[in-house]
Amino acid sequence: MKRTLVVTVLIIICYVLQCTLFQSLALASISPNLLIVVTSSFGFMRGKKEGLIIGFFCGFLIDIFYGDILGFYALMYMLIGYGNGFFHKIFFDEDVKLPMILITLSEIIFSFVIYFFLFLLRNRLEFPYYLVHVIIPEVVYTVVVTVILYRIILWINRKLEAAEKRSANKFV
Amino acid sequence: MRKRKKFSIPSKYLLLFLTLLCIGLMLLTFTTDMATGPLRTVSNYVFVPIQKGINQIGWWISDKKENLADLKEVRAKNQELQQQVDELTAENTILQQDKFELERLRELVKLDSEYSDYQKVGARIIGKDPGNWFDKFLIDKGTNDGLAVDMNVIAGGGLVGIITEVGPDYATVRSIIDDTTNVSAMIETTSDRCIVQGNLQLMNDGIIQFSELSDKENKVNVGDKVVTSIISSKYLPRILIGYVKEINPDANNLTKSGTITPVVDFEHLEEVLVITDLK
Repeated sequence: MKRTLVVTVLIIICYVLQCTLFQSLALASISPNLLIVVTSSFGFMRGKKEGLIIGFFCGFLIDIFYGDILGFYALMYMLIGYGNGFFHKIFFDEDVKLPMILITLSEIIFSFVIYFFLFLLRNRLEFPYYLVHVIIPEVVYTVVVTVILYRIILWINRKLEAAEKRSANKFV
Repeated sequence: MRKRKKFSIPSKYLLLFLTLLCIGLMLLTFTTDMATGPLRTVSNYVFVPIQKGINQIGWWISDKKENLADLKEVRAKNQELQQQVDELTAENTILQQDKFELERLRELVKLDSEYSDYQKVGARIIGKDPGNWFDKFLIDKGTNDGLAVDMNVIAGGGLVGIITEVGPDYATVRSIIDDTTNVSAMIETTSDRCIVQGNLQLMNDGIIQFSELSDKENKVNVGDKVVTSIISSKYLPRILIGYVKEINPDANNLTKSGTITPVVDFEHLEEVLVITDLK
C-alpha cells in the first residue's frame, strides 16, 4: 500500500518535471527522459511485474495528454519495464554499472522504436540526422540525469524495502 | 506470517493482458473517435493544477530575476521613451486619420474579414511534449473556457498551431512546426496555393518547409507573405504563417517547394491566443 502510494507520487513528480522544468532546461532543445529511468530502474530492482505495471502507467500518462494513438507509449514503456525485469536476478544493490548500462540501453531502444514507428513509416528516411540530433543527445542527457535520479530511486526503494521487512516481522 | 496469502497473477499473464489492452486501445483510437472522455477529466484535475503550480514558481523566479536586471535599464529607457511618446503621439494622429480612411475603403469593398474580428481567448503554456520528437504543448484553458478541438492558435500575429485534444481545463496544441502537421496555405500576393509542412530536421533551424506550389509565371519571390489558404477545412483564412525564405523548382518542373521563416518564435512562446471561431 505504502509502496503503491510512494511510487505513484514519484511517477507524477517525474512526469510533471519532464513536461515543465526539464523542457525549459533543454540543451539544444533536447530534454532528458525521466520516465524511462523510473520504469527501467524499478524493472531491474523489483522484477518483471512491477516494472511492467509502472511502465504501463508512465506511458499511459503521456498517451492521455500528448499521444496521438492511445496505448502506444503505454505499450512501449510497459515492454521496457518487463524487459528490464529479466535482469532482476543479477542485480544487487551496490552495483552501479548494470543499472547505467540497462537504462542507457532502454533509452536507445526506446528512441529507435519511436523513430521506426512514428518517423520511418512516414517516409522520413534521413536516419543519420535523427541519430545525431535527437537520439544521441537525448541518451547522453538522460544518462547524466540518471546519475542523480537513480540514486534517489535506489534510496526510496531501500527505505520501502526496510519498512516492508519491519512490518512483515511484526506478524511472525 | 501474513494473515492470508495474497492472490497474485504471474507476470506473463499480466503482460499479455496489458498488451492486449494497449492494442485494443490503439485500435479503438484508430477506428472510433476516442472514448477517453472520463479519463481525461480525471487526469485533468490531477495533473493540470500541479503543472500550473510548478510554472507559477518558475514565472515568479524569472520575474524577480528580471526585475533586478531591468531596473537600471528601465530608468535610462524611461527618458528615451518619453521623447518617443511625443513623436508617436504626433504620428498616431496621422495614422488615426489613415485608419478611418482605410475603414471606409474596406467597407467599400466589403473586405471585413481580418483576424482582428475573430473572438479570441488568451492562454498560457503550462507543459510541453515530454519527448524530443514532436512539438506539442499544453495550455491552461479548456472546454470550461469554450475551447474545442480544431480551434486555431495564434501568437505574435502569426499562426502557432491547432488544438488537437481538449479537456475541462487544458488543451493540447500541435504546432505548425511539428513533424506531422500539414497546413494548406497560399502566397498572399499571388494567391497561389501550397502545402506547409513541419519538419523535425528544419525545426531546429526555426524554419518550416512548403511544397506543391504551382507558380507558372514565376511571380513568387523570396520574402513574400505566406498565409493560410481560403480552402483549408480547419484553418481560418488569411492567418499569417511566415515569409518565403527559399524557393526552388521541383524535379517535375510543374511545382515548387522551399522553406518559410515563421513569424512566431516557437522557442520562446509563453502565451498564445486561441481563436474561438471555428471554420
